Amino acid sequence: MTYEILLAGFGGQGILFAGKLLAYCALFEGKEISWLPSYGPEMRGGKCNCSVCISDEPIGSPQVLEPDLLVVLNGPSFDAFIPSVKPGGKAFVDCSMIDAKTDRTDIDTFYIPATQLSEDNHLSKGANIVLLGKLLHETGIFSFETVRKALEKNTPASRAHTIDNNMAALQLGADYAG
Amino acid sequence: MEKVLMKGNEALAEAAIRAGCKCFFGYPITPQTELSEYLSKQMPKRGGVFLQAESEVAAINMVLGAGATGTRVMTSSSSPGISLKSEGISYIAGSDVPCLIVNVERGGPGLGSIQPSQQDYWQATKGLGHGDFRLIILAPNSVQEVVNLVSRAFALGEKYRVPVMLLSDGLLGQMMEPVEFPEISATPADNSGWAAVGTKMEREHHIVNSLYIEANDLEEQVKKRYERYALIEENESESESYLCDDADIVITAFGATSRIAKSAVNKARAEGIKVGLFRPITLWPFPKKQLLEATKQAKAVLSVEMNMGQMIDDVKLALDCKIPVSFYGRTGGVIPSPNEVLAEIRKLNGGIK
Repeated sequence: MTYEILLAGFGGQGILFAGKLLAYCALFEGKEISWLPSYGPEMRGGKCNCSVCISDEPIGSPQVLEPDLLVVLNGPSFDAFIPSVKPGGKAFVDCSMIDAKTDRTDIDTFYIPATQLSEDNHLSKGANIVLLGKLLHETGIFSFETVRKALEKNTPASRAHTIDNNMAALQLGADYAG
Repeated sequence: MEKVLMKGNEALAEAAIRAGCKCFFGYPITPQTELSEYLSKQMPKRGGVFLQAESEVAAINMVLGAGATGTRVMTSSSSPGISLKSEGISYIAGSDVPCLIVNVERGGPGLGSIQPSQQDYWQATKGLGHGDFRLIILAPNSVQEVVNLVSRAFALGEKYRVPVMLLSDGLLGQMMEPVEFPEISATPADNSGWAAVGTKMEREHHIVNSLYIEANDLEEQVKKRYERYALIEENESESESYLCDDADIVITAFGATSRIAKSAVNKARAEGIKVGLFRPITLWPFPKKQLLEATKQAKAVLSVEMNMGQMIDDVKLALDCKIPVSFYGRTGGVIPSPNEVLAEIRKLNGGIK
């Protein structure tokens, strides 16, 4: 099993954090992992992306150029990365941020109004996790239980209350039929 | 021990503390930032010194001072910062002081870019300052190997009394991978014969210095140093060969680029092309014998680098031009893709008779 996953959006949308959760889930299951951020002025709101490779085999290039799974949270990233998804791959698109639709028929594209859903449910900034919930629901790579462990590992004690919020956001994504 | 996920830069910092590094002197620069950030938090808590100097030049001279006492000491920077440190590195080599210097390479020349590169191969292996001298250059290609090579760097430096450079890059530094920290010795080698730690009025002074007024004295010192370099070349070169035994084409690549090359090798093998990968782990000493062994049956060699072609010089020298060596690389902070390397492999494979 090898998954090459690309997450992309603006800085501040939790792209790197969502990638980190996937990486930790893989760590708990004893997989080979690489997590590679784009870095630079992204922290100030520029384009940001994160490559995550999960495999049973040692990982060669850590840069994901042809993702099996793509998570996109903004228009520029949608335009840039939808063409690169491997045929047969899956794309998870925040359609509250992105109006465009792809005409690719060789990939499964899921349009989830993740930003809207998270705001409607008072889970602001939860769009990344909503999309993650949908991704896990559609692929079954990791259980929600494993994600909770990953959240616990990556949430400082002072922000422990966000774990339940993030679990709720995860469920929102999983339950969204679209 | 439990595996943890860490960035290459953070893992390097943790490995240095565990290896008994007591002093860090540095000056901030991207993309090595996490390394000094980690040490700034941890060193004071764990019995060490973290000092952000007023400049790179100051930092490297602090390394010389602390190293002269036999203390395990390090600095880290990225390409332009290493250029600034090169004067001090020459003084350190000329004073036979062991230390660890980390270069998390970025694009150059000049201020260049903050993205990954391997443009400092020549600088590291051939020209880290003025004068006849060498550094041992270690080039890991995974976060785990970064950790393993840090303790080795300190031990090698003390064994031969030479500065050691760990050559990383923006990709290895920023990437997270699972890593574990093996039990290692954090005790420096015996330095009672040279370290400047005070005589207690019981012995002659130990003088740590790179200035010689008499040319003959200096020549003698340099020649003695070169005897140690010869020993290093004989004993310490290290490399990894992957699928080279039956390979028509052998790729040479180091550091992060070797991982991209490995992905390309796997893709080419799936197409039935007999290709292997040779990866120097020590860039100096360059693993000449191992490369000759790995290319015994090869008809072509391809050097893949994140620069315009630097290690290729050492590959050609080692092979004595007996096998044609071609080059593929991206530069300026652009990372080559496995498919680009695969295209080069296919081209070479088509040309092999």
